[in-house]
Amino acid sequence: MLDIGGLRKRAALIQAVRRFFLDSGYLEVDTPILLPSIAPEAHIEPVPADGFFLQTSPELCMKRLLAAGADKIFQITRCFRRNERGSRHLTEFTMLEWYRTAADYHDLMVDCENLLQFLAQAMGGGNCLTWGESRINLTTPWERLSVAEGFSRYAPMTVNAALAADMFEVMLVEYVEPRLGQGRPTFLYDYPAELGALARLKHDDSKIAERFELYIAGLELANGFSELVDPVEQRQRFAEERQRIQAAGRDPGPMPEKFLADLERMPPAAGIALGIDRLAMLFMNASTIDEVVTFVPEEF
Amino acid sequence: MYTAADLRKGLKISIDGEPYIVTDFQFAKPGKGQALYRTKMRSMLNGNSFERTFRSNDKFERPALEERKMQFLYSQVDEFHFMDVSNYEQVVIMKENLGDCVKYLVDNMEVDVLFFDNRAIGVTVPMFVALTVTKADPWAKGDTTGSDTKPVTVETGFVLQVPPFVNEGDKIQIDTRTGDYLTRVKE
Repeated sequence: MLDIGGLRKRAALIQAVRRFFLDSGYLEVDTPILLPSIAPEAHIEPVPADGFFLQTSPELCMKRLLAAGADKIFQITRCFRRNERGSRHLTEFTMLEWYRTAADYHDLMVDCENLLQFLAQAMGGGNCLTWGESRINLTTPWERLSVAEGFSRYAPMTVNAALAADMFEVMLVEYVEPRLGQGRPTFLYDYPAELGALARLKHDDSKIAERFELYIAGLELANGFSELVDPVEQRQRFAEERQRIQAAGRDPGPMPEKFLADLERMPPAAGIALGIDRLAMLFMNASTIDEVVTFVPEEF
Repeated sequence: MYTAADLRKGLKISIDGEPYIVTDFQFAKPGKGQALYRTKMRSMLNGNSFERTFRSNDKFERPALEERKMQFLYSQVDEFHFMDVSNYEQVVIMKENLGDCVKYLVDNMEVDVLFFDNRAIGVTVPMFVALTVTKADPWAKGDTTGSDTKPVTVETGFVLQVPPFVNEGDKIQIDTRTGDYLTRVKE
């Protein structure tokens, strides 16, 4: 449980995040948490609730707002993912997501640089972050490393060999992630297409999705991509994810038809999800997620 | 049957038909990727430790373990003999499978013996045991090292640090989880 000092620090951080986006001309939105259908993603399991689902991310709702004419929106909300609990995971956690039109994943990387620098100033840390043994210099530009480069530099096999052997996550977790964001933050970018169900593919390489993850001191902080806005391709990708979910013996729920219909009208855009609790771990110098939330489920 | 989601420190699982205890556990899940359960385990048969990473669809059987109350009879070199007082059945456990327990075992002590596949593989001693001090040097007066404890030997041969007032022949209570002195027992 957070003490008064911790409560104040977490509140100050969230208020600073909000100030950054409001000052940058973003509109704050709040979309429903309880939803009749969600994006089918093979490795993200929703919490069922009375015939509905608790959101795993506000992504579909926020993109529908872009389709309806919004151009810069952000949201700080609770998300729920079943069977995710560890020193960096909570089943119920707080997510920041922001979306903007006429932008791609490279623009989002710059947003991340600006946001973190703003927060470090607001939280009184200057241009540096100290997290445990790590000291991180936030001076831009940050490191940009493609997934393929990351594997060839740090892992004992290439990214394609790892994918073929169903060892992508194992290699990433064991060899690549611990080396990322040391000294300065790292953007790991250009993911294999099958690992970005809602991301746009590169126009010159259909095997690569325009997706990135931000790492600071080995901690995965944010996941962003250029949005896929082709409803036909999106339906196809959802169908593939649904097959994978069914193959794992789970019910994928209904296809998010209203989202697919709205995608027809959605302009080119980019969007990103950043874990607020992980951000709080960095700014409160906490080694576990338990130390930065008011209560964890085990306290009941 | 357990799934990977049940893994946590202290869980006993069966792998290839043998019992293991989870000694360290870490949940990892790279964004949008499959969940990984990084686990350190110790064999409950030979004590060997190893690390293995599991995925969410991995499943484990419960190991067929059974605990029985038994009495410690005596030890002969590295063989420790126990008896079930309800049916006089005796078992022998090798010293290497007893770990720290050997520091606390005295004749007639009641312990929990762990069986796997009808084979005794380990022992749990009571959390607190009272043992007699068999060797204690008088506290060196004028000790200038600033230390306020001294070493003594108890009847099992175990050596531990105690306060200066403990003498040879005293009975002392020991916490078997830490091996620390707790208090002097008045007879």
